[in-house]
Amino acid sequence: MFSHDIIIVGSGLAGLRAAMEVAGHYDVAVLTKVYPSRSHSGAAQGGVAAALSNVDGDTPEAHIYDTVKGADYLGDQDAIEIMCNDAPRTIIEMEHFGCAFSRTQENRIAQRAFGGHSFQRACFSADRTGHALLHTLFEQTMKRSGKLQIYSEWYVTRLIVRDGVCRGVVAMDIKTGRTEVFHGRAVLFGTGGYGRAYQITSNAYANTGDGITAAYRAGLPLMDMEFVQFHPTGLYQHGILLSEAARGEGGYLLNGNNERFMGKYAPTKMELGPRDIVSRSAQTEINEGRGAGPKKDYVLLDLRHLGRDKILERLPQIYHLAKDFLGVDALDEPVPITPTAHYSMGGIPTDNDCQALADEKGGKVTGFFAAGECACVSVHGANRLGTNSLLEAMVFGRRAGKKLAEVTSSLPLSPVSEKEELAAARREVDLILHNKATEDLATIRNELREAMTNKVGVYRNAGDMEAAHEKIKELQDRFTRVKVTGGAKFNTNLVEALELSHTLEYSELIVAGAQARQESRGAHARDDFPKRDDQNWMKHTMAFRRPEGGFELRYKPVRVTRFQPEERKY
Amino acid sequence: MAKVTFRISRFNPDTDSAPRYQDYPFELEPGITLLNCLNRIRAEQDPSLAYRMSCGSAICGSCAMRVHGHALLACKTQASQLVKNGVIRIDPLGNMKVIRDLVVDLEPFWASLRKVKPWLMPDALDNPEKERQQTQAQFHLIDDVTTCILCAACYSDCNVLEVDPQFYGPATLAKGHRFIFDSRDARKDDRLEAVSELHGVWDCTHCGECSTRCPTETKPLARIEETREAAIRAGVTNNNGARHALGFRETVGKSGRLNENYLPARSVGFFNIPALIGLMPVGIRMFMRGKNPPLIHHSIDKVAEVRRVFSKFEEYRK
Repeated sequence: MFSHDIIIVGSGLAGLRAAMEVAGHYDVAVLTKVYPSRSHSGAAQGGVAAALSNVDGDTPEAHIYDTVKGADYLGDQDAIEIMCNDAPRTIIEMEHFGCAFSRTQENRIAQRAFGGHSFQRACFSADRTGHALLHTLFEQTMKRSGKLQIYSEWYVTRLIVRDGVCRGVVAMDIKTGRTEVFHGRAVLFGTGGYGRAYQITSNAYANTGDGITAAYRAGLPLMDMEFVQFHPTGLYQHGILLSEAARGEGGYLLNGNNERFMGKYAPTKMELGPRDIVSRSAQTEINEGRGAGPKKDYVLLDLRHLGRDKILERLPQIYHLAKDFLGVDALDEPVPITPTAHYSMGGIPTDNDCQALADEKGGKVTGFFAAGECACVSVHGANRLGTNSLLEAMVFGRRAGKKLAEVTSSLPLSPVSEKEELAAARREVDLILHNKATEDLATIRNELREAMTNKVGVYRNAGDMEAAHEKIKELQDRFTRVKVTGGAKFNTNLVEALELSHTLEYSELIVAGAQARQESRGAHARDDFPKRDDQNWMKHTMAFRRPEGGFELRYKPVRVTRFQPEERKY
Repeated sequence: MAKVTFRISRFNPDTDSAPRYQDYPFELEPGITLLNCLNRIRAEQDPSLAYRMSCGSAICGSCAMRVHGHALLACKTQASQLVKNGVIRIDPLGNMKVIRDLVVDLEPFWASLRKVKPWLMPDALDNPEKERQQTQAQFHLIDDVTTCILCAACYSDCNVLEVDPQFYGPATLAKGHRFIFDSRDARKDDRLEAVSELHGVWDCTHCGECSTRCPTETKPLARIEETREAAIRAGVTNNNGARHALGFRETVGKSGRLNENYLPARSVGFFNIPALIGLMPVGIRMFMRGKNPPLIHHSIDKVAEVRRVFSKFEEYRK
């Protein structure tokens, strides 16, 4: 058994930023199933929002309003205010930590336009902003290497909560296969999103919702799981992200007839509408037969008019991705794209200081915190604006760290039965390793992801979702007979089986939340309920796991401070 | 669709004493990446095959491995480009111990990074409430080097690391460069001193493997060369590497050819008696085999032209 004051799970922007706040004050451990520099924060491309007003007259006020509206009024406005007001300080802090930002002619941090933002608000480092920020924080943790311990390639499978008090986690060392209890006074999850439930996704293979599932299995609710963001410009067939910065820099979206189709859907903002609207527009073009290519199953991102210099200077990663993965030279031809599952708005509900909520009435879990994509504060509501995710991870990662610094000393080291916890973890693994072994893991995973992409995607309806729900039930059953190979050291087959068991569990909540929500709001768009219904649905979904099996949905009102819902026009 | 064979190095530490190759027949569809091939092999033929991967879009650096002996990033490489006589042979990264199949122990790589204190050390007088100014030109100095994804492809294929595990390695020296060339860092001279020491920038042999294998714009060899030049410009010359480079230029600039008697002593320092004595056995062996340079060094016939080239270059540099 390992013992630390604070156990941080996840080494992306949220986890590392929190770790920096507490390193040196407490005995801190950071657990990651990859290596810190390989966390998925690094895949963010286009920018990070902050009203620095380096290029125009932006204000935090405007940022707040844009975020509330972008969220289709499901965001909690007090949390959004905190995030947007803290944004300029966050960027300046990262600049001082050494992040290499692209610069304006006046030698200040450059800012570009982004979907749903009314000013040029996205600070960036070419088109690898997440990478630049993540590596900067990784550097800062190396600076503090004597003060915090990083456990790389340790896979956390269980969160230990007893009597409303969090006492640690159980984790498997992937390299050796041994399982250990990590006993602590406080635990913070910064474990990222759950986009790998989908076949077409921009998410890393690692984004299998392990953290949220561990919390859910420990008895905590999950919030707004039905809200999954589809990014309009995923590389055709691969789903790989091509940053919104491509449109922020002036790129066009074209259908098969070479028309800039966004004129029909968002006449003022055109390509720079928020992601939910642009994704639906692209999907509609494809569904109505105006796609491009022999199968008319994609639309096009056209950068050609930006010219060689701008593309290579501002969008080099996009240029290389199109070239390496599709063989398309974006200087000479438009790039085939489709919507791709991109961001998880839902997750572990928390208060504004990142402490996890135990129920819909505001009860809390002692000693358990969550920040970043795995958390649901909620600042993104029904649809996140591009560039707000990196911001959220850093703002709330730091807040979580500050809160941990403040409270951890007063939290007792509550007892843990190592034997019981290890036995429970072993039972989970045994169910996977020792069963009838008649079902193929990759087939189950494939069927799940296909069902989610085809039936719980950009557009949803009761019939499709019912079919998807049935399918998930069937796959959950088949998973009890899954075949997995043995071996202790670096058994990636066992890891992917554990990941799949998580994906099967939370996918049901995505579908169930979406089935229950009889309206269209943000990223949740229903053919059969095409209108937003503020009368009945200005509320967050909370899914609770029933100990006897199954789950229950309850609801929690949205916190509105200044902005009453109005029609969203772009 | 082309039929090919994937010949993949397998090693299970629990049962194998040494790695062995296993062949997997494969129908190569057009446009498929190497990582997607491996994922299909694992899904359809052999779930026990172990390798690292995460983002699948060339930014996390997890899936570096060797194909036909050379490191690359599996996710961004088209498999069709890799077929040699119907075979794609895959090995784990080099210069590190194999844990299982294509998974290596990366700890030496991460440990090497820390040698260059890879974090910004700003001026203590900077106002933390305001962003610091940086020109676009200053950003461009660190634009390429900050694309490094720490995939360790360069570490794997570095020829110096093969013989000197203490060598900082290409990625680490690139990381050092990243701060030396950052206008906001206040410790440039200390950093230049540190990387000029033994196992640092001067130990690189310019083979260029690192830059050839680098999947990003980092291109470590170029960064190492820029660091060397910066060190000399900053007057960080009290080390063997810099003395060697300067001595090289001196003798060629003076006589049009290398003075091989002078250079070793110039490199270690003329008053460095223990090092000079250390050189003697090599000298003696060369003499015994008739490989010693002439004792009296003569200029080449057209030495004036060489001198003209040098003076032109000096003008250009100014």
